[in-house]
Amino acid sequence: MSYKMHVLVCGGTGCRASASQQIITRLEESLREKNLEDEVQVIATGCFGFCEKGPIVKIMPDNTFYVQVKPEDAEEIVNEHVIKGRKVERLLYKDPEKKEAVSDSKHMGFYKKQLRIALRNCGFINPENIEEYIARDGYSALAKCITELKPEEVIQEIKLSGLRGRGGGGFPTGLKWEFASKYQADQKYVVCNADEGDPGAFMDRSIMEGDPHSVIEAMAICGYSIGATKGLVYIRAEYPLAIQRLKIAIQQAKEYGLLGQNIFGTDFTFDIELRYGAGAFVCGEETALIHSMEGHRGEPTMKPPFPAESGYLNRPTNVNNVETLANIPAIIMKGANWFNKIGTERSKGTKVFALAGKINNVGLIEVPMGTTLREVIYEIGGGIKNDKKFKAVQTGGPSGGCLTEKHLDVPIDFDNLLASGSMMGSGGMIVMDEDDCMVSVAKFYLEFTVEESCGKCTPCRVGNKRLHEILDKITQGKGTMEDLDTLRNLSRVIKDTALCGLGQTSPNPVLSTIDNFYDEYLAHIKDKKCPAGKCKALLMYHIDPELCIGCGLCARNCPVDAIVGERKEPHFINTAKCIKCGACMEKCKFKAVSTR
Amino acid sequence: MTQISLAKCKVDQLVKLCEEFGNQEGELINVLHKAQELVGYLPREVQEVIARQLNIPVSKVYGVVTFYSFFTMTPKGEHPISVCMGTACYVRGAEKVLDEFKRVLKINVGETTPDGKFSLTSLRCVGACGLAPVVLIGEKVYGRVTPGEVEKILKEFN
Repeated sequence: MSYKMHVLVCGGTGCRASASQQIITRLEESLREKNLEDEVQVIATGCFGFCEKGPIVKIMPDNTFYVQVKPEDAEEIVNEHVIKGRKVERLLYKDPEKKEAVSDSKHMGFYKKQLRIALRNCGFINPENIEEYIARDGYSALAKCITELKPEEVIQEIKLSGLRGRGGGGFPTGLKWEFASKYQADQKYVVCNADEGDPGAFMDRSIMEGDPHSVIEAMAICGYSIGATKGLVYIRAEYPLAIQRLKIAIQQAKEYGLLGQNIFGTDFTFDIELRYGAGAFVCGEETALIHSMEGHRGEPTMKPPFPAESGYLNRPTNVNNVETLANIPAIIMKGANWFNKIGTERSKGTKVFALAGKINNVGLIEVPMGTTLREVIYEIGGGIKNDKKFKAVQTGGPSGGCLTEKHLDVPIDFDNLLASGSMMGSGGMIVMDEDDCMVSVAKFYLEFTVEESCGKCTPCRVGNKRLHEILDKITQGKGTMEDLDTLRNLSRVIKDTALCGLGQTSPNPVLSTIDNFYDEYLAHIKDKKCPAGKCKALLMYHIDPELCIGCGLCARNCPVDAIVGERKEPHFINTAKCIKCGACMEKCKFKAVSTR
Repeated sequence: MTQISLAKCKVDQLVKLCEEFGNQEGELINVLHKAQELVGYLPREVQEVIARQLNIPVSKVYGVVTFYSFFTMTPKGEHPISVCMGTACYVRGAEKVLDEFKRVLKINVGETTPDGKFSLTSLRCVGACGLAPVVLIGEKVYGRVTPGEVEKILKEFN
């Protein structure tokens, strides 16, 4: 059956949380009523990336991009756009600067600078239908590899492409495959690391939800190259939708003979199974991940031996991250020389970032390596929310650091981020404004590390705990100058002596905030003040009697009845009762509530 | 720890569950996932049954259960509340929202209200960062939550 028109509705986790499933139902109902169900097809796709404006509905072939659609808009879309061919103006994206509606996503600031390789199919295809993937050249890379290329030629191609691991380490993927291919064993394993634990990064989940077959195809290609017949996806149990879509995709690939015995009529055999994680950040480290798959506590072990020699069940194992794998089919089809022309000298291709925090366009973006932070934050991200002042951007999650205004023009790649005191990590990018306290941010990350440290090595288990205690002391206004030295020294010791990547990088948020925001630490320690007004122990809420008109909105919203005052008279805060929740400040329309 | 006794039928189901996984030690985590689905949480007795079936020490099972945050040894409330404390939600004020839940429910993170109605946890990133700060109650997602809305949200469940 061929359809005249397709209505694509985002079915990613974010948009589903804003009722995209109901939108689909309402669209289908409306189309049925008008007897159009054979002409127009509604498809639930993966993530479009523009989460800020979700739920997204896109109409093909005319490429109309509707934002923030509600289930009750479905009928109007069908009546106006589908039947009468008129765009529903009020649902189009408005360019914040030019104040005019933009209907084609190609012309939107958010998409203009993006180059989508790993996300090439997300938002275009129905992830639960293998034929749509095949229609976009899916599985032709696998066919090319096993029917035309020798395993070593595939590895050579990946090496030549310059692809580096997207999970955080940045290790050359081709080299990793070559190591695993050299060890002989009765069984080898290909493992896909889908244990995305970095808070604020969700690219791997979006790829698995939006384009699961690209991961499956890449794992099979890897299996062929290194001589493995078994693939395992280690996925977080917290990602139910991604698990469901992967299961469907694996089943369909088996039915189509793209997994299993004698793939494409050759003697190549490959199968994939799922293994579930249970919430442990350290399991992103490959040796810890392997222990977890074997049913143990996910504690890392010393390398060597590397997994390439002795991994899962002591067999040679190759572990790659989801985003890394999603690049593989594209590299095989378009060639290493296409891929290695994108990006910078030592970081090839693109990188997906999860852009979040105090930014106008929260979402998932993919840009060529070498794009600057300024382009990402101001052009794609649309600048800082509520016209506040940019303060810092945190990259690399709990292992990374905070970059400031002076880093805005640094081209983003693995090496430049490291040199700036942060790291690429898995691609979380959290933007912070003038209201964020950098000492609290460092404390927030340390809290995470302390919770997630597996406890095996002392520097990480005890050292990070001490770092957290000192930071807490500073945010309470009880810090001393000596504490700053201790923070620095202890951080260096942990970095030098911890067993695995988690501990070796965990002091980065502390060191980078001390380096870049030294004055803010001083303000907490010497003046007992939090310039951003975040540290509760250091601030007092106060109502300016000049500005207060006595509307009583603050008093009604105060959860503890700490605000008193007569109507139309200035109100007061009873500081003994105040729990410093900030509800009054948020609600006041006259900016009369402030902190000091 | 208080002694609870597990219904015989649950024990039988657990034994069957272990058998489905071939009583293999390597399947421990998969067994625990299924067991938590079955019982709702993983109290000592459940761990003892699993240990016996897989022929491993209870200490090993306990070690794994306490290592992973997904596994819990306390029963969840009828409406489990999870406040996302991922970085994106944190910078958009999730901590204040969490504090408000603690204040209204009079429980701490990891606890359940005495009537068994609500339990409170914090989790790391559900990936709906566009809606930050995010709160999950059961399967339902609440986006852009402010501390002032907490009581109103809880009233939906009364």
